[in-house]
Amino acid sequence: MLSDILQNRYAVTAVILFGVGFTNLMLQQNLLRKVIGFNIMDSAIFLLLASLGYIDGGVAPIVGDRGFDPLYINPIPSGLVLTGIVVSVSITAFSLALIQRIYRRYGTIEMRELLERAKKEDD
Amino acid sequence: MRSFVENFPFFSIFLALLAGIVTATIRSGRVTYWITVCVCAAAAVLNAAVLEYTYLGDLNFTYTMGRFLAPYGNAIKCGPFQALLATVFSAVMATSLAGGRRDLFQDVLPEKQRLYFVMVDMLEASLLALTYTNDAFTGYVFIEISTIAACALVMAKDNGPNLIATIRYLFMSLVGSGLFLIGLTVLNSITGYLLMPSLAEAVAELRITGDYRIPLTVSVGLIVAGLGVKSAMFPFHLWLPDAHGGATTASSAILSGLVLKGYIVLLMVLILRVFSVELLAELGVTNVILAFGLLGMILGSIAAMRENHIKRMLAYSSVAQVGYIFMGVGLGSAEGLIASSFHILVHACCKPLLFLCAGRLSAVSGHHKSLRNLRGSAYRDVGAGLGFTVGAMSMIGIPLFGGFVSKLYFANAAVPTGMTAMILLTIALSTVLNALYYVPALLAIWVKPPAEDEAAVLADVHPEELAFDRSFTAAAAVLTLGIFVLGIFYHPITDVIEAGVRLI
Repeated sequence: MLSDILQNRYAVTAVILFGVGFTNLMLQQNLLRKVIGFNIMDSAIFLLLASLGYIDGGVAPIVGDRGFDPLYINPIPSGLVLTGIVVSVSITAFSLALIQRIYRRYGTIEMRELLERAKKEDD
Repeated sequence: MRSFVENFPFFSIFLALLAGIVTATIRSGRVTYWITVCVCAAAAVLNAAVLEYTYLGDLNFTYTMGRFLAPYGNAIKCGPFQALLATVFSAVMATSLAGGRRDLFQDVLPEKQRLYFVMVDMLEASLLALTYTNDAFTGYVFIEISTIAACALVMAKDNGPNLIATIRYLFMSLVGSGLFLIGLTVLNSITGYLLMPSLAEAVAELRITGDYRIPLTVSVGLIVAGLGVKSAMFPFHLWLPDAHGGATTASSAILSGLVLKGYIVLLMVLILRVFSVELLAELGVTNVILAFGLLGMILGSIAAMRENHIKRMLAYSSVAQVGYIFMGVGLGSAEGLIASSFHILVHACCKPLLFLCAGRLSAVSGHHKSLRNLRGSAYRDVGAGLGFTVGAMSMIGIPLFGGFVSKLYFANAAVPTGMTAMILLTIALSTVLNALYYVPALLAIWVKPPAEDEAAVLADVHPEELAFDRSFTAAAAVLTLGIFVLGIFYHPITDVIEAGVRLI
């Protein structure tokens, strides 16, 4: 059991982090905390991805004439992490801008209050 | 030597991206509007050419970007299915913009108009890419692009409730894309691939050997749940009514009619090309999708019945229609998927038409949106009244209208399953419920209210609004025609879809 966890320590950490981020994103009322929750969730995924491609003692994947000794690290997950980071940065920037806009208009970033205020405006 | 037509899917995506960059540099809102409409129309024409080429040749092709072949490069794969959807999506995008034109230039601040069209271009590019992609990770990237663009379309009409609707939409979408991404990561960890054909081989092998059953189930579940959240599958639909109901007319039409479908198309392609329908049935995922679909059909309609705000009513009706599509996917057969694909086309014509007409009807009633204030509004713009009637009839499922045919195909597809009675009853019940809220809406717009009430509403109306709206009428006519074509000449279209599903 313990050795299983140790062997899969990256995956286990990633799942725990994902859970932390996911619950924050779903349950927090404060919009900024939701954004932070989303960032934790994405970091968990990046950790999982980066650990997937890693080979102990492997070298950077630069193709030369020395064959496969030592082994290359799989470059695809690393590439995915980079793409994922770009996506997550842009989404974070977008949501922060939106939150700022909301704060200027309503003076609060608590989801519950905002929903009540919106309902009143709708009537 | 490859035929030149094979470049067109890539061209249409690239054209939309390029238009996004160009529109960002142009100041005039009108010019950017025309650029965007022309690009969408051009994409529709290009994809129609691809459709002709693939359907008549009964073939599909893989197009690799640059000179990097399969395991390294990125690829798009195109058959009649993808080409048909891309054609319809682009054409509907152009007509939605044309139909919502007047509202759009009123609701969006003049200095923000070009940015609005940048987002529309990005959305067009991501819809096309989601339809065509042959690489699961490219799918993820374009899911995120379409999320940002769709949120921006909601908040383009800059008022308080819309900002809140946008942030809710954004967070729900983030949950969805997070689930999708981790599902993809798990899938990558057990197969080692992200390109769909290699994934399919690896998954087929896993299915035979039975290895990694639990991770495979988890990954399929996460991918379905992630895309389900994004496309407002029933229990995850709470963000939709505010976002689609509050936005400007053109945005509502595009979001409800097209954006929801982009994710479903990606899901269908993943199911058909990677997982195979049989595997999904083995894992029990289809039953879950079916249950959510059936619940969505009923509960979406019930929520719509309780709504007085016409655009929010239409938005809830989208939840029910997405329920139909997921029900078809959940039947776990090729027939179910064909019915769903046909319904995607019907709904892509029908819902934009309804939203455009609702927007126009509310414009001639002083921008009031409650059904009470819309009484008799159809006489102030007969074109909008007729369009709304056609759309509503199709939603209810009257013969000769598109909606009837898709219900027929759903019912046919339900027969071989073990749950025929339940599915048919749900379809019947949902039809009744649809009628229960569309018929009152039709009565509201066609029955004249007492003179003093009408005078009160007319007092709020800007005289310019009552003037004939040419671009709206043209767009409504095109979409109405689309509904009749789908309802009467449906055979060639289902043939194309059948060929497409076979060649996917």
